[in-house]
Amino acid sequence: MISTVSKLRTFAGKAPWGFSFFGAAAIFLATIVFTDGVGAGQIITTALTFGTMYVIVALGQMYVITAGPGNVDLSIPSTIALAGAVSMKIMDGNDALILWGLLAAIGVGIAVGCFNFALIRLLSIPPIIATLSASFLVQSASIAYGRGLRIRPPEAFAEFATGRIWGLPTLAIFALLLTVIGSVVLHRTVYGRSVTAIGQNQRAAGLAGVKVDRVRWTTYVICASLAALCGAVLAGFSGGSSLNMGEEYLLASIAVVVIGGSSVAGGQSNVAGLWGASLFMYLLVTMLNTFGVGAGIRMIMTGLMIVAIITIAGGPKPSRT
Amino acid sequence: MMPNLMTPRALRSLLPAISFTVLLIGIFYVQPRAMSFMGLNLMLNLALPIALATIAQMFIITMNDIDLSLGGFVSFTACIGATLLGESPVLGVLALLACIGVYALLGALIHVRNLPSIVVTLGMSFVWLGAAILVLPTPGGQAPDWLRAIVSVKTPFVPFVIVASAIIAVGVHLFLMRSSTGVILRGAGGNPQAVARAGWSLFRAKVTLYALAGFFGVLSGLTLVGLTTSADANIALRYTLLSIAGVILGGGEFVGGRVSPIGAVLGALTLTLASSLLSFLRISGDWQIGAQGAILILVLALRTLVNRMERRK
Amino acid sequence: MTVTAEAPFVRLENIIKNYGAVRALGGVELTFNSGECVGLVGHNGAGKSTLMQVLAGNVQPDGGELSVLGQNESMSYGVQRALELGVRCVFQELSLCPNLTVVENTRIRHPSITGFGWRKRASLLIRSFLDDIFPGNSIAVDDLVADLTLGQRQMVEIATVFAKTTSSLRLVILDEPTSSLDHAIAGQLLAYVRRFVTEGGCVILISHILGEILSTCDRIVVMGDGRVVEERPAARFTKHSLVEAMGHVNHAPQAHQPETVVKARTAPVVAEIQPPRRGSMTLTARKGEIIGLGGLAGQGQTTLLVLLQRSAGRHISFARCSGPVAFVAGDRQTDGVFPLWSIGQNITIRSLGTMRRFGLIDPKKEREMERRWKERMAIRTPDMANNIYTLSGGNQQKALFARALASDAEIILMDDPMRGVDIGTKQEVYHIIRSEAAKGRTFIWYTTEFEELTSCDYVYVLRDGAIVSEMPRSEITEAKVLQSSFEEVAQ
Repeated sequence: MISTVSKLRTFAGKAPWGFSFFGAAAIFLATIVFTDGVGAGQIITTALTFGTMYVIVALGQMYVITAGPGNVDLSIPSTIALAGAVSMKIMDGNDALILWGLLAAIGVGIAVGCFNFALIRLLSIPPIIATLSASFLVQSASIAYGRGLRIRPPEAFAEFATGRIWGLPTLAIFALLLTVIGSVVLHRTVYGRSVTAIGQNQRAAGLAGVKVDRVRWTTYVICASLAALCGAVLAGFSGGSSLNMGEEYLLASIAVVVIGGSSVAGGQSNVAGLWGASLFMYLLVTMLNTFGVGAGIRMIMTGLMIVAIITIAGGPKPSRT
Repeated sequence: MMPNLMTPRALRSLLPAISFTVLLIGIFYVQPRAMSFMGLNLMLNLALPIALATIAQMFIITMNDIDLSLGGFVSFTACIGATLLGESPVLGVLALLACIGVYALLGALIHVRNLPSIVVTLGMSFVWLGAAILVLPTPGGQAPDWLRAIVSVKTPFVPFVIVASAIIAVGVHLFLMRSSTGVILRGAGGNPQAVARAGWSLFRAKVTLYALAGFFGVLSGLTLVGLTTSADANIALRYTLLSIAGVILGGGEFVGGRVSPIGAVLGALTLTLASSLLSFLRISGDWQIGAQGAILILVLALRTLVNRMERRK
Repeated sequence: MTVTAEAPFVRLENIIKNYGAVRALGGVELTFNSGECVGLVGHNGAGKSTLMQVLAGNVQPDGGELSVLGQNESMSYGVQRALELGVRCVFQELSLCPNLTVVENTRIRHPSITGFGWRKRASLLIRSFLDDIFPGNSIAVDDLVADLTLGQRQMVEIATVFAKTTSSLRLVILDEPTSSLDHAIAGQLLAYVRRFVTEGGCVILISHILGEILSTCDRIVVMGDGRVVEERPAARFTKHSLVEAMGHVNHAPQAHQPETVVKARTAPVVAEIQPPRRGSMTLTARKGEIIGLGGLAGQGQTTLLVLLQRSAGRHISFARCSGPVAFVAGDRQTDGVFPLWSIGQNITIRSLGTMRRFGLIDPKKEREMERRWKERMAIRTPDMANNIYTLSGGNQQKALFARALASDAEIILMDDPMRGVDIGTKQEVYHIIRSEAAKGRTFIWYTTEFEELTSCDYVYVLRDGAIVSEMPRSEITEAKVLQSSFEEVAQ
C-alpha cells in the first residue's frame, strides 16, 4: 500500500495532469467493459458536454487558488444563478439580444468580482469570509430577481448550447478555446506570471515589483466572470435559469482544480488537468450509475476520491533550505 | 488601570452582544407583540441546532481550519436520529459515536499530512450527504419520543431555547476559555510553535478539537430532528455557511485562535432573528439570506473600524 | 558522580558548528559558573546567537564537548535535556500566544499548573514574579498578550522564564532582553539578574548596550568570527576597551581602497527617506552613489529599504524615490526566491513588462535575457530552465542580483545580500556593483559586514529604526561605525 502510494506520488509529481486523464480513461474503460461497449459514444459526448461546464468554472477557480494559500472563491454558485437569470431576462427569448445577454452576464461577474475583492481589501478579511458574505447577498439578489422568471433561452442560443459540430458538442469546442486562452494567459502574459509569483511568495512578489493588489483584483474578477459566463450557458443548455443550478459547482470547481494537479498551496497550476479532472469527475458518476449504484454510494465514492487524492498529493511541503 | 468600555478589546468582545440587542430592539419596536414568551419561542424556534452547529464550527476555526462539511454532517446525524436511533437505540448510539470518531480521524489526517482543511472537508461533504441519502432516501423518518420530549421541554418565564442556548454558551465557555485544557487548545491556534516548544502535542490538540466539533455536530443533528420530528438528507445543508457566519458574527477570527463561544451562540441567535425582523418589516423572504450577508459585512466593517482605531492609538 | 564545588555549571570545549561552507562556531572554549553573570558581546555574525542556541539545545554542534556539572552531556543534549537541567532562555523573538492572557501563557509554559484552581495559582505565580522583577509594573495579568505593548510583552516573557514551579532553574540566557524596555525597567531587570546570581543562579547576558554589560556582569566574553577573542573580569574592561576588543576582530587584510577621495555630493538626489517617527535625520541618495546602511542586525535597515521600495511611483510623505526601483533580498527564503520556478523565470520576473510582443511575453527575448545574465553574473548551471533550488546559495543570490540588475531600475536596494555567500562570488558582485554605479545607477546597500561599508560612498548607521550617524567614505572607520551602533558610547 505504502509503495503504491509513493509510486502514485512520484507519478503525480512528474505529470500532475496526466493522473487525471489516466483516471478518466480507466473509469471510461471500466464502464464500457461493463456495458460491452454499448453507448460508448453517447457517454463521451455527454461527458464532454457536462465536463465543459466544470471546466469553465474551474478555470476561474484555478486562477484564484493559484494566487496562494487562503485564496478561494465561495461565491461561484450564487454568481452562476444570478448571471443565468440576468442573461435570460435580457435575451428575453430573442435571438437578436443574445450578445447583450452574454455581456450582461459578464457584467454581473465583473461586479461580483469587484465586490469580492473590495471586501477582502477594505475589511482586510480572509477571502473565504469575504466571498462567503458576498455570496449571501448575491444569492438573495438572484432569488429576488429570478422569482417567477421562467424565460426560455433564445432558440439560437439553446442550439449553440446543445448543438454539435462534427459530432462534438459545440460547448466543448467553445470551452476548449477558452482553456487554450486561459493557458496562454497563465504562461505567456505578465498577469499570469504575476499570479503564479504571488501564489509562491506574496512578499517576494511585491518586492520583485509585482502589483499585488491589482493582480489579485483581476483574479477575482476573472473568476466571477467565468462563473457568470457558465451561468448564462447553463441556462441556455437547460432551457432557462433556475435558482439552484449553480449549487454543485462550488464543490466541483475546487475538486476539479485539485484533482487536475494544481497545487492547493498556490503558485502552480495546470490548465490541461482541468479537462482530465472534469471528465474524471463526470465519468466517475456515469460509471457508478452504469453499475447501478444509488445516489448515496455515488456521492460517498466521489467524496472519498477527493479526500484520497488530496491525501496522496499532500499539503504544502516545507520549502527546502 | 480602570476597565474601560471604550477600549478596542472591550468593544470587539461586546460587538456580538450589541448587534444581537440592536436586532432585538428593532424587532420589538416593529412588532411589540413579539416581546412575549410565545413570540420569542416562535422566533427562536430553530435557533438551538444552529447554535450547536456554530459551536462545532468554532472548535474547527480555533485551530485556523474550516469545516465545509458541517451541513452535510448535521444532516446525516439528523437522518440517523430519525431512523436508526428509534429503531435500534444501541446501533444508533454506536453510529453517532463512530461519526465523532471519523471527525477525530479527519483531524489526525489533516495534521499528519498537513492538508488544507477546506479541500478535505469539501470531499467529506459529499460523503456525509451520500451517507444521509443512504440512510434516508426519501424525506421522512420519525424522531424517538424521548428526543422530541427533550427539545420541547417547557421552562418557566424564559423559553427553553434561550435557557438551553445560555447553558451551551456558558458550558463551552467554561471549558474552552476557562479550563487549563482549553488554554492549550487555543494556544495551539495562536502560536503553534510556542505551544509545541513548551512540550505540548499539536497532534492531540487538533484531534481533540475535531472530535469536539464532531460531538457538537451530532448534538446539532439530534436537536434538529427532535424539533422537526422527521428528517431528510438535505435538511441542514445550509448550516455549513450559517455556522461559519455565526462564528464570525460572534467575534471569531480565521487566524490566531481568536474565538468566543458566547459570541458564537449570540451570532447564531442573531442570524436566526434577522429573518424574523425581515418578515415583521414585510420584506420579502427572498432577502433573508441577503440580510444575513449584510449583517455579516456590517459587523466585519465595524470590527475593521475598531481595529483601525486600535492601530492608530 | 563527583560534583565538587569547583566544577563549573557548564563547560564548553572546542564547540564547532558549520552552516554549509560558513563556519559559525570555530572551536569555542567557555565555562559558565553558578553564581555569576557572564556578558557576551561581539559584532554581527560573531557567533553569539548560535552558541546560545547550542546551550538551549535547539542546535546540535558538529563537534566539541558540552559538560554540565562535570558530566559529559554531548550525546543526549537537546531542548528537553536542557529544560531538565534547568537551562532556559529568553530569545529575541517572543514566544507568547497573542490570543491568550498573561496568566494563560504562564500555564502553557508550566505544565505542572493544572487542575482545579489553576488560574489562581498561575496568576499568583506570574504576579509575584512580575512584581519581584519589575516592581510597580502596571501589567494586568488578565490582559491579552496582544493588548500589551512590546515592552510589556518582553517583561511577561522574562517573568515566565524566571518563574519557578517544580523544576529547577540554574542558567538563564537573556538575548537582548532590554531591546524594547525603557531605561528604568531595564534597570529593574538588571538588578533582579544580580539578585538571581547572588542566590546561586547563572545568567548569560547578551546586549548591544555596553553600559548594561559593564555594570551587571562579573565577567565579559568578547566573541568574533565564531571564537572567543577576549575574556576578562568586567572590572578590567571599559566601554572604550570593549569596543576596541570587538573591533580587532577583523584582522583580514583590508581591501585596498584605491581612491579615498570623496566625490563631491553634487549629482541630483534620486531617493530620500526619513524613518517615520524615528529621529530627524534623513537619508539622501544621489545618482550614481553607493550608499551604505550600517549598524547592528535588525535595527530597522530592512524596514527602511522596504519603505523606499513602496514609495517608488507613489506619494508617501516621508520617502521619495525618483525612478524605478529594484530590491535584492538577503533573506532569500522569505523575500526573494520563487521556489517553484526555474532560474530563468526567477530572473525575468522583474522585467517581463519590457519583453512583450502583442501583449504576450516573447520567449525569445526571455531566453535572451536569461543567457545574457547567466554569462554576466557567471551563474554556474548547465541550464537556466533548471529549478532555482538546483543552485548553491551563492548562485541563487547571483540570480537575485541579476533580477535587479537586468531590470530598468535606476535605484537598487540591497538587503544584506552577501550573507553566507562565498568570497569569490562576493568579489564578482562587488565588481559589477561598482561598474553599474559608474554608469549612473544608485545603490542603497544594507550590510552587516564592515568591509562592505568601506566600499560605499556614504554611510548611514541605524539604531532602533533611527538614523544615528552619517559619514562620507573618507571618515569611515570600524570604530566609528561600532560606536554609533552601540548606544551610550555614541553620545
